[in-house]
Amino acid sequence: MTTLTKPEAEPRPQESEHFLSVRDLYVQFATEDGTVKAVDGLSFDLDRGKTLGIVGESGSGKSVTNLAILGLHNPRNTTIAGEIVLDGQELTGASTKTLEKLRGKKMAMVFQDSLTALSPYYTVGRQIAEPYMKHLGASKKEARDRAIEMLGKVGIPQPQTRVDDYPHQFSGGMRQRAMIAMALVCNPDLVIADEPTTALDVTVQAQILDLLKDLQQETGTAIILITHDLGVIANTADDVVVMYAGRAVERGTVRDILKTPEHPYAWGLLGSIPRLSASVDVPLAPIPGSPPSLLNPPSGCPFHPRCTFAGEVGGDRCATERPVLPEGRGSACHLTPEQKRDIFIQQVQPRLR
Amino acid sequence: MLRFLTRRVLGAVVIILAISFITYLLFFVLPTDPAQLACGKNCSNKVLVAQIHHRMGLDLPVYQQYWDYMRGIFVGRHMPDGQNCAAPCFGFSFANDQPIWPLISDRYPTTLSLAVGGSAAFLIIGVGLGMLSAWQQGKSFDRVASSISLIGNSVQIYFIGPLAIALFADNLGWFDHGHDPTWSSDPVGSLNGLVLPCLVMSVIFWSNYSRQTRSLMVEQLSEDHIRTARAKGMSSKYVFYRYALRGAAASIITIFGIDLGSVLGGAIITEATFGLHGLGTLAVNAVYQLDLPLEMAVMLISATAIVVFNIVVDACYALIDPRIRLA
Repeated sequence: MTTLTKPEAEPRPQESEHFLSVRDLYVQFATEDGTVKAVDGLSFDLDRGKTLGIVGESGSGKSVTNLAILGLHNPRNTTIAGEIVLDGQELTGASTKTLEKLRGKKMAMVFQDSLTALSPYYTVGRQIAEPYMKHLGASKKEARDRAIEMLGKVGIPQPQTRVDDYPHQFSGGMRQRAMIAMALVCNPDLVIADEPTTALDVTVQAQILDLLKDLQQETGTAIILITHDLGVIANTADDVVVMYAGRAVERGTVRDILKTPEHPYAWGLLGSIPRLSASVDVPLAPIPGSPPSLLNPPSGCPFHPRCTFAGEVGGDRCATERPVLPEGRGSACHLTPEQKRDIFIQQVQPRLR
Repeated sequence: MLRFLTRRVLGAVVIILAISFITYLLFFVLPTDPAQLACGKNCSNKVLVAQIHHRMGLDLPVYQQYWDYMRGIFVGRHMPDGQNCAAPCFGFSFANDQPIWPLISDRYPTTLSLAVGGSAAFLIIGVGLGMLSAWQQGKSFDRVASSISLIGNSVQIYFIGPLAIALFADNLGWFDHGHDPTWSSDPVGSLNGLVLPCLVMSVIFWSNYSRQTRSLMVEQLSEDHIRTARAKGMSSKYVFYRYALRGAAASIITIFGIDLGSVLGGAIITEATFGLHGLGTLAVNAVYQLDLPLEMAVMLISATAIVVFNIVVDACYALIDPRIRLA
């Protein structure tokens, strides 16, 4: 909860100093039906030791963004444009060899479903040891010792014996811990966690998030946390990017997004969270409709067909003009700042209690 | 692993016993009387037939005969007519009164060599082609290979066999005409004589294995754990061989286990095509001559071979996939 008490007016560092900087990222897939614009002009920054939360519905381009950072997209049907600069190194258009050297060593990924994301054919220890041997040239013995050390670090009991177990012999929570151990084995500077807790029990979710946070404090790594769950963001992230239809629609600190969200989509996300304190007869307020097709995204603001407040904007600007997301704190919406504040306080906030 | 193997071996023993019993019953459900056969076509002497019955032990109860037969395989036996039959005793041929086992031990090296060599050939060629196709997925090699596979799927051993002999043995002279192997005295010549039959036999399996391998590899390569391995910085080649192939191998081996029967059948047709003297020709002749003990022995040995190879296949599967081993 330290993030919530952070002073709001912290000076933002200059652009070039950011550890990871994504500028105008476009990711498009060629399919039989046409071009899918999975990521459509996305920009964000991340500093060392900080956590960036990327929030959005399924298909909003969260995971695609991060696969693009690691260069894990299928090169046969994917085109990527824009800049991804990690620690001064340009990653878009980097050679496979360069990327292979960075993956696992400088940037690592924790995947969602640990049962399918770990190979059933090799022991957990071997899968953790593999990148250590490849990137640091460690011997089998050293790598095994390191795997045991990492398993201990992520809280697996009796790591000396569990290191020889196969993933199916681990429980879901333990597998996710092993995944984290695998991602962190080479002390990467950037960890991308793609819905790391979605497949887990709520109690285990909290443990895994705490674990990630502890390890971050220990090693000072930067974390990108992808999730659709604002509850996960609340306790872990410093900054948040809300994504919709491949674009960032709102950006701010975690406090900004949770306390004074500006974009109607962010309001919708907040309204969809069940709260223990809420009265049982007040139904949840889900966002109407479903995410747009990225083959053929709506004109103007991609959220306008689902937006309750599109009528508040004069004319048909929402359907014709694409709203721009300003640098720093802000949202891509045609509502005026006053409208955003008033609507949130008068119409949205009362439902959140 | 030991428990897994013990369980499989015990299961196999039960299966072989069941097969042997069912096969043995064939003696009694066939409308032919072995004694009548042994006596000759125009034999109508009832006393003589009864004597033969006694000499063959056919007057004993069925379970007694079955017990004697099975016991004979392991420890040898004296036939009811006093002839000694050393272990492994499968009785005497009706057709020429020879003990069965020497007939079989004379022939099985040919069939076994063909089955093993042919399997090795189609596994290497078929799986290799499939892997290359998966690696080159969508490129021209992939397309050409799948078209060629279709051709392989539609030919027969007895069709390409003679063609291959004419081309590679007669015209080009690359390989010998097929001949029976004599491993102990002439290993090189045996190998040379087997190349053509094994290759021809393998052709009918190529297409299936290359297509299965290709689709299994493509499927494996799209698995989440492949992406994880790539995210760790493992090279595409490493991931292809260590992760994807390992997953595909488990399924390929299962398919191979199912195909063992066809492999044996393929070996028998290949023998006939190349004029080799294996178990296949022996079994076919036994059927023509109603030589029941020989038929029984060939069936029993083939069934045992298939069951034993299946255990080997299962063990390989368990080695590849730890989830099976520990289940």
